[in-house]
Amino acid sequence: MKQFKVLGTGCAKCLKTAEMLERISKELGVEAEVSKETNIEAIMNYGVMSTPAVVLNEQVVHSGSIPNRDIIENWLRQ
Amino acid sequence: MLSFFSLLADWLVYGLLGFSAETRLGNALHFFVEDTAKIFVLLIIMIYVIALIRASLNVERIRNYLAGKHRGIGYFLGSFFGAITPFCSCSSIPVFLGFTSAGIPVGISMAFLITSPLINEVAVLLLLSLLGWELTLVYIVVGMAVGILAGAFLDLIRAERLLQPFAAKAYEKSQPIQLQEVALQRMSLTDRHNFAKTELLDILQRVWKWVFIGVGLGAALHGYVPDGWMQENLGHGQWWSVPAAVLVGIPLYSNATGVIPVMESLIVKGLPLGTTLAFCMSTVAASFPEFILLKQVMQWRLLAIIFLLLLASFTLVGWVLNFVELMW
Repeated sequence: MKQFKVLGTGCAKCLKTAEMLERISKELGVEAEVSKETNIEAIMNYGVMSTPAVVLNEQVVHSGSIPNRDIIENWLRQ
Repeated sequence: MLSFFSLLADWLVYGLLGFSAETRLGNALHFFVEDTAKIFVLLIIMIYVIALIRASLNVERIRNYLAGKHRGIGYFLGSFFGAITPFCSCSSIPVFLGFTSAGIPVGISMAFLITSPLINEVAVLLLLSLLGWELTLVYIVVGMAVGILAGAFLDLIRAERLLQPFAAKAYEKSQPIQLQEVALQRMSLTDRHNFAKTELLDILQRVWKWVFIGVGLGAALHGYVPDGWMQENLGHGQWWSVPAAVLVGIPLYSNATGVIPVMESLIVKGLPLGTTLAFCMSTVAASFPEFILLKQVMQWRLLAIIFLLLLASFTLVGWVLNFVELMW
């Protein structure tokens, strides 16, 4: 089971990122849990400065933009 | 080269649509067509080219570079990077915290955050094409000076005491950051092209409506405010027009893209340069939505100080520039 966390203070791009993660994991039939982290203190503790950022199983794997489809599929297939 | 757009507007508005150059509506429409066409063409070309060049620049690298720099040069660099780094205002809080927890003084982070909305490649480009290089230079110097001086002042009054407790703690606990080398992999041309393409679409999506609003307002001013009216009523003789312009700018919320076409009209119509700049900078930098965001990391007192600081500096800038323009 893959646990994704989308870090971001609620901007449109962060919502889009979370939505894409959910949709693509469903399409590929990979079990994944997507949550959003909007607490700024928690985001800071991940050491992330540009949002949206994506955390996969407590590892920051992406930051600063909406990840594209290829990257997301890669995470899911790992 | 840029006269092409004027010809295009001539052809479309006076020729094809049959408006007369003598009427106010015709005049306003001509301004609108010429400026929107010019702005969009320039935006598309320049955003792409600039994004190609600066693809490998990101806030993490800037933080690592700023950390441990001497304060004197730090304010300048903070403001300079604020000018050249693109970033959307929704990132300002994480960036601020990232800087703070790397031990970068609050003043330097604020120099970055204040300059960032005021100066960016789109703004500079618009200024250059609409108002010429002299005014562009004045705008850049003023914008950076405000960021640098405000930053230095905030450290002088030890603004870090007025952060939210958790942010203040992060600043105190900060260690010289373990430079987790921010993946310095070389970018191939394809990577850069992809970055530039995304960046172009992203910025266009964000600014296109501001261009229309800004140019629309500019066109209305251009066509409907009688020549000479501004000089008589808001000219050099009226010292109060500068603080008034700053106050009017507060509730108006626009980014630099929207405000620069308005600037063009105001200056052409004879509003003094200082008053115009004061108004525009206040519109761009002193906006409530952005300040409410900063509340997450700062106490009200610090927010109020920064806000007043901005208003005071824009007023001062306005007066000084008006004075200089008068003496010239």
